Amino acid sequence: MTDCRALYIHVPFCRGKCRYCDFYSLTPHGDVVKRYVSALIRRLEKTGMTFDTVYFGGGTPSLLGVENISEILKNVDILPGCEITLEANPSQIGSEEPDFDFDLLSKSGVNRVSIGLQSAVDSERKMLGRSAGKEQVTKAIERLRNAGIDNISLDVMTGIPGQTPETLKSTLDFCVQSGAKHISVYMLKIEKNTPFFKMQNQLNLPDEDTVCDMYLQTSGFLTGAGFEHYEISNFSLPGFESRHNLKYWHCEEYLGLGPAAHSFADGKRFHYERDVEAFIGGCEPVCDGVGGDAGEYVMLALRLKEGLEFTRFFEKFGFMPGDAFLKKAKEIEKYGFCVVSPDAVALTVKGFLISNTVIYELIQAL
Amino acid sequence: MADKKENIRNFCIIAHIDHGKSTLADRLLEKTDSVALRDMTEQLLDKMDLERERGITIKAHAVRLDYKAADGDTYALNLIDTPGHVDFNYEVSRSLAACEGAILVVDATQGVEAQTLANTYLALDHDLEIVPVINKVDLPSADPDRVAAEIEDVIGLDCSTAPRVSAKTGLNIEQVLEKIVTDIPSPVADDSLPCRALIFDSVYDSYKGVIVYVRVKEGKIKPGDTLVMMASGASFTVVETGYMRATVPQPCEELSAGQVGYITASIKTVGDARVGDTVTTAANPAKEPLPGYRKVNPMVYCGIYPADGADYEALRDALEKLQLNDAALSFEPETSGALGFGFRCGFLGLLHLEIIQERLEREYDLDLVTTVPSVVYKINLAGGEQIEIDNPTHYPDPADIVSCEEPFTDAHIYSPSEYVGTIMDLCQDRRGVFKNMDYITTDRVDIHYELPLNEIIYDFFDTLKSRTRGYASFDYEITGYRQSKLVKLDVLLNGDIVDALSFIIHSDKAYSKARRIAEKLKDNIPRQMFEIPVQIAIGGKVIARETVKAMRKDVLAKCYGGDITRKKKLLEKQKEGKKRMRKFGTVEVPQEAFMAVLKLDDND
Repeated sequence: MTDCRALYIHVPFCRGKCRYCDFYSLTPHGDVVKRYVSALIRRLEKTGMTFDTVYFGGGTPSLLGVENISEILKNVDILPGCEITLEANPSQIGSEEPDFDFDLLSKSGVNRVSIGLQSAVDSERKMLGRSAGKEQVTKAIERLRNAGIDNISLDVMTGIPGQTPETLKSTLDFCVQSGAKHISVYMLKIEKNTPFFKMQNQLNLPDEDTVCDMYLQTSGFLTGAGFEHYEISNFSLPGFESRHNLKYWHCEEYLGLGPAAHSFADGKRFHYERDVEAFIGGCEPVCDGVGGDAGEYVMLALRLKEGLEFTRFFEKFGFMPGDAFLKKAKEIEKYGFCVVSPDAVALTVKGFLISNTVIYELIQAL
Repeated sequence: MADKKENIRNFCIIAHIDHGKSTLADRLLEKTDSVALRDMTEQLLDKMDLERERGITIKAHAVRLDYKAADGDTYALNLIDTPGHVDFNYEVSRSLAACEGAILVVDATQGVEAQTLANTYLALDHDLEIVPVINKVDLPSADPDRVAAEIEDVIGLDCSTAPRVSAKTGLNIEQVLEKIVTDIPSPVADDSLPCRALIFDSVYDSYKGVIVYVRVKEGKIKPGDTLVMMASGASFTVVETGYMRATVPQPCEELSAGQVGYITASIKTVGDARVGDTVTTAANPAKEPLPGYRKVNPMVYCGIYPADGADYEALRDALEKLQLNDAALSFEPETSGALGFGFRCGFLGLLHLEIIQERLEREYDLDLVTTVPSVVYKINLAGGEQIEIDNPTHYPDPADIVSCEEPFTDAHIYSPSEYVGTIMDLCQDRRGVFKNMDYITTDRVDIHYELPLNEIIYDFFDTLKSRTRGYASFDYEITGYRQSKLVKLDVLLNGDIVDALSFIIHSDKAYSKARRIAEKLKDNIPRQMFEIPVQIAIGGKVIARETVKAMRKDVLAKCYGGDITRKKKLLEKQKEGKKRMRKFGTVEVPQEAFMAVLKLDDND
């Protein structure tokens, strides 16, 4: 067991709920933020662990305010060179006069900020219920840079109602020009219990073929601009991969704190209930059972461009994927969904698009 | 005493389905104190759950009722229940042959229906005395006068003294019992002749072996005798003779001429005591068997496969157990490229098929896939040889075929006259040959068609019912084979024939059917990693084609932080979905796709 891990902090607060989102968040009221921060710090004090990546995810972590973020980080035992990411809403950090101390943020240790742009096209963001666009993102990036935070990631969404390959191109153009080092491109998925679910028939959703085309377009465009398509949904300039997220995909352990946060510790997976008051009250995480078996490892590794590297697999599990696995991989390679080399099996971009099927087939053959 | 021959009455009840046959039988049991009131569950004679649910009698049973008549004497009334469906016509005829009389039950709200007539004619063929009974007179819509007139007009039976009863409420049931005593003759019976007893039913019992239900026509039989089955030649030592009370068997010293009862003789399968066979004794054998025995041959075949290949042995066990009790069920192992290991099963008809399928699923908890039912075709080959085909897989190369023959039926449909148009459309569509049409009354008709059996085995009856809002009734009899232009349709997925989906069809219908099958498959086969051509072919010629495009998108491209369990659940779901898939060559075909094609009917 190493005591050097990834720390994920789930911040379950948002000013409002976006119409497509089913993550756990609520509008802060009374002193809930204060009590949440205290509960978080109480737990951090008990961990006794050292971390080399920290990730504030949400919700809208920037809503905590820099002072709280700084206070939380004071209670985290951080290694030198630790990657500390904060997810931020551009409507907050890119507004005319933000109540946000960028210098203190930088001083607190945050050195990577992920900004939820989703789309550079106003009508598309309006559809999603998000106001801040290019202007705010540009401002936010400028302020962060001035404070010494240069490692910026942007979130982009495909499959937005009304989106076309042309509008997507304008969003991607903006992302590249903004100087972002990392771009995450997600597909809109209509989730139950969201307003989008109820209105999905009225939504002018791009059809499946168009969504697929847009995915290939994104991959082609961004790799053309010097980005690496290093995971199904993630692109980065060389050396700017999200180190924190890579740990998930490398099947490494991590500690997750906050309501709805997931952990992988001592070979088991856990999660906290989606209930902020229960978290404040000191509830224990729920165990989801044993994690990190060979199947899980393959499932996660195949999400990465590097794919499943046989020697790494062998080091971890003490055996090599067998003949059936290779046979299956070669069969899938025929259809152009993966590439089999002597050292690894890796999905192609086309394969990423049907990764659930490919991964399933390969795990079955393991 | 009830043992005197002149005090015996052997009778059955015949009726159209749902006219109240079983309910009347229950009332007769109750009125003769054959069964204590507390033991009465509805329709006691139908013992199988399935029978009770479907309201039809599948297997016949015989019950002895002791009745003290108005004349002061006690009579032994032997009620022989008959199956009520056309699939079991032969069993019905054997039950009738065991009787001297029949009660004809007609629903006072409905009148004469297809099976009323068919069963009556069958009873007349056996020289039975027919006692008409008008049932359901308690219902507000009952019109017993009209129905009585209809019976007199159509069948020619005197209804002036016909009991008008309600089997449901018990009204006038005594009149029925009196009629049985006064109108139905006692058996003509001679105990001194060599034994001849007609088997009209046989039931497997795990303790006693096969229980053989017989009507002794001549002579006697008793425990210790060596009995001989005259058709099969098999012989057994009689262990027990007796007769059935409503709920328990009642052993007796012997069965003599005129009596109805059962014999047990440690017989292992009902195949050794086939319905229609004659029982005699080895000590004093009869010279000739009773007339009318024939081995019933299956008319409809289909493949039955376990949905999960691991259940193959369980399916075999279940079929063997069912066969113990059902000599008409045949099965033999069959292998299908698409469905794996299963059985080719033969049935008397579609109802028989459905009953077996349901019993397998219900009583033996098996998940099944059944292939398209097929009739038995006769194929004349170029070499002059004739072969019989019950499985499309064995269909010869079209180049070797000189001609094909398919079984035809003589079918009667009884319906209110307003539906004549729609019924004729249906029959025409099913390649029917119109014979004639008779008005039974001013507003009810008997439409007579010749229909190919393969057009009615599948969904004809359901379609008929839905098109006539349930008013039409239907009866058919297989008459023989006729030459026909048949072709075999093959389904090819990604170039490979899916044998389980092949079937034989009349050439006029091949093209439209082929197009519909191709569409159904396209809609029901999920996209896979490659494009799948769906082709329907006759011989080497493709007559319909669709394409299942290659899968493009199946991805979780969303930020879930460290929520790995969610991703895993997705894989689990995928696994569940795959379980219901059959791998065929390179193509995965879900069960629903098979079902969608098998269930293709006129409305698709």
